[in-house]
Amino acid sequence: MNSSSADRRLSTLSRHLAGTIRNEGSGISSSPTSAGNSVFANVVRAPEDPILGVTVAYNKDPSPVKLNLGVGAYRTEEGKPLVLNVVRKAEQLLVNDRSRIKEYLPIVGLADFNKLSAKLILGADSPAIRGNLVTTVQCLSGTGSLRVGGEFLAKHYHQRTIYIPNPTWGNHTKIFTLAGLTVKTYRYYDPVTRGLNLQGLLEDLGSAPSGAIVLLHACAHNPTGVDPTLNQWEQIRQLIRSKNLLPFFDSAYQGFASGSLDKDAESVRMFVGDGGECFIAQSYAKNMGLYGERVGALSIVCRNADVASRVESQLKLVIRPMYSSPPIHGASIVAAILKDRNLYHEWTLELKAMADRIITMRKKLFDALSARGTPGDWSHIVKQIGMFTFTGLNTKQVNFMTQQYHIYMTSDGRISMAGLSSRTVPHLADAIHAAVTTVG
Amino acid sequence: MALRTAITRRILSSSSAVHGSRSMSSWWKNVEPAPKDPILGVTEAFLADPSPDKVNVGVGAYRDDNGKPVVLDCVREAERRIAGNMNMEYLPMGGSNLMVEETLKLAYGEDSDLIKDKRIAAVQALSGTGACRLFADFQKRFSPDSHIYIPVPTWSNHHNIWRDANVPQRTFHYYHPDTKGLDFASLMDDVKNAPKGSFFLLHACAHNPTGVDPTEEQWKEMSYQFKVKGHFAFFDMAYQGFASGDPEKDVKSIRIFLEDGHLIGCAQSYAKNMGLYGQRVGCLSLVCEDEKQAVAVKSQLQQIARPMYSNPPVHGALVVSTVLGNPDLKQLWLKEVKGMADRIIGMRSSLRENIEKLGSPLSWEHITNQIGMFCYSGMTPEQVDRLTNEYHIYMTRNGRISMAGVTTGNVEYLAKAIHEVTKTA
Repeated sequence: MNSSSADRRLSTLSRHLAGTIRNEGSGISSSPTSAGNSVFANVVRAPEDPILGVTVAYNKDPSPVKLNLGVGAYRTEEGKPLVLNVVRKAEQLLVNDRSRIKEYLPIVGLADFNKLSAKLILGADSPAIRGNLVTTVQCLSGTGSLRVGGEFLAKHYHQRTIYIPNPTWGNHTKIFTLAGLTVKTYRYYDPVTRGLNLQGLLEDLGSAPSGAIVLLHACAHNPTGVDPTLNQWEQIRQLIRSKNLLPFFDSAYQGFASGSLDKDAESVRMFVGDGGECFIAQSYAKNMGLYGERVGALSIVCRNADVASRVESQLKLVIRPMYSSPPIHGASIVAAILKDRNLYHEWTLELKAMADRIITMRKKLFDALSARGTPGDWSHIVKQIGMFTFTGLNTKQVNFMTQQYHIYMTSDGRISMAGLSSRTVPHLADAIHAAVTTVG
Repeated sequence: MALRTAITRRILSSSSAVHGSRSMSSWWKNVEPAPKDPILGVTEAFLADPSPDKVNVGVGAYRDDNGKPVVLDCVREAERRIAGNMNMEYLPMGGSNLMVEETLKLAYGEDSDLIKDKRIAAVQALSGTGACRLFADFQKRFSPDSHIYIPVPTWSNHHNIWRDANVPQRTFHYYHPDTKGLDFASLMDDVKNAPKGSFFLLHACAHNPTGVDPTEEQWKEMSYQFKVKGHFAFFDMAYQGFASGDPEKDVKSIRIFLEDGHLIGCAQSYAKNMGLYGQRVGCLSLVCEDEKQAVAVKSQLQQIARPMYSNPPVHGALVVSTVLGNPDLKQLWLKEVKGMADRIIGMRSSLRENIEKLGSPLSWEHITNQIGMFCYSGMTPEQVDRLTNEYHIYMTRNGRISMAGVTTGNVEYLAKAIHEVTKTA
């Protein structure tokens, strides 16, 4: 160390010992990152995420009758989270396999997992797969798949506008906006019928600029639970293809909606079947109960194999600066289950059981409201499909239910049916009844 | 009605085109094939090589003396304890609190006042990459006019990360090609000449790719000058414990800055030091003025994570918190980390000796002066190409050797090849 730096050290030290570092304009005491001044001093606290914030509030509530119908995570009849038996088995296989290592996955993720995921959504005999028209990359659940797809589109696609349904999952807008796209909406839900506003949907997509991206919920629309019929899907498909719009499917509930993996994939397969291009984001959070493991896949169906290969290479450039490569654990579990006939079969049974329990809860809630003579038409509870019911309750009624009955749900009136049990249905029915009859 | 049904059935059962969609060309026909990642592309090429002599000293993943990847015993035991016990529910957006707590202790010290006073905004991140990216996005959002000063050279992905975050980049001198050491004078000039309040990316230890670290005194001088200029120090710490074998020693640079009162940012990764590469476990922390600010900053970091991946993966975090939270496993981990570091330090000596033994006219002392996983050999891209084409030795074209890929079994072969391509340099 040279003498001038030693001098500086001594002089700093002596000033410390003298007790004060006066603001002499030397810059030290007034520098932004010396003790006392942060470059981020003006950062304000962000609001709670509207969906995840519900669980935060629920956890703080000491009431013994509190009910969490916020985030869409499956619960058993006993109100407990569920790890599927097949998942436990697959995990044990992985743990016991001493030859397994935990090195970096390739940027695109686990190869087996990718192939099997494409098969799952497109069908084992899909011509798109046979023709090598599909590129699939492992991503962090549905969110990650949507984000990577969105960033790819912002970089490589000529149209920067994506149309999302109104309403939609609260995180969609943020994901696509941060990916660099402009978000517009198309009419979807009809509050009067509590069903699909097909007319409005077709009009809005019909007036979209050519090439615009369209986000479609493959099944079990979140938050409304309202899905198009096959006939309606065909109309939507024809319109999208005739206007050269680009479909981007969000498939977060395959198998979870109807109980059948193939049935829940029909909308996607219909579009892929016509030879056109599309994006598909898949999540294994709900249908395999792998929520926290963040397992998903983005598939891009292209016109030819050469394009698919180039697209894959560009997807890597999106992923590498985001997180380099995806997490290995959850994808390994999924691959183990999908490639083993027995595990796969067992999975379909467990999946159907989850879907059936939810369908049962729908019926029970509907019956409970009917028994109470709750005013209004509540048939949408049994007509809607998937994890969520869009009750039609307004924010004031929702707040009332939280304050008076300790029921936690998102302020748009969405309830997660998966959070209900036979035991808690009466309490919810009481709450809805009270809200509807006392709060406007 | 019957006609419509017939059409529907036809659509579902066949893949015939409607509205001429098959005759259209792809939306993506103008997509250029992307260049291979310079680092990860090396392993791809290595795997494709059929030669029995091939050596992979490319990507920085640890190998044992048999050239095999390693799962640490402490990790195996942690996984055994975890399997089947927990549910797989979503973590909060900020990740596992337990894992973050343990991780902060490693960086800031077990008895850190900053931790006690809750002044650190910290979130679980997707390993080092994810932590850097969260910070880069945060920097763009809250210091939108700032640049990031990046050392030359650095891990190539650093450039990608800040570019994708739309933060403009500047560079500062770091490596001195002549000495194959630190160009400290030029580095300090760059620090002094940068505008006040600039953001600097610093490698906490085991600089990647050069293996050249500042001395303690040099870190102290840097810290002082940073204070004079009011610069922001962002530490990327991917190798704590892996460099010297002692996590407390490897974190000295950060502790020096903290002692001087800097409000730093820090990216931590468990990829190498716990061998959790594919689990993607890391942490981003930002030191704030007080608890209130830390809460605000953390909430904003979560806002960046939510539209990227919602919440981070649980498995790797559970492994980390199980290992670090259990004294027996933590002790085992410290022992295993030291074992890995020691093997690498041994290979450095061995490689240097072997090249010198062959009578090389050049100096190879930088092999043992440098520290951590990488050795910046000083070889040119052309020399590297010769190593690959003639000797089936795979490394990145900047001459970076991953010492973790060197074994007692291949060190002589590697030394011979290096000598052959450099002896006429």
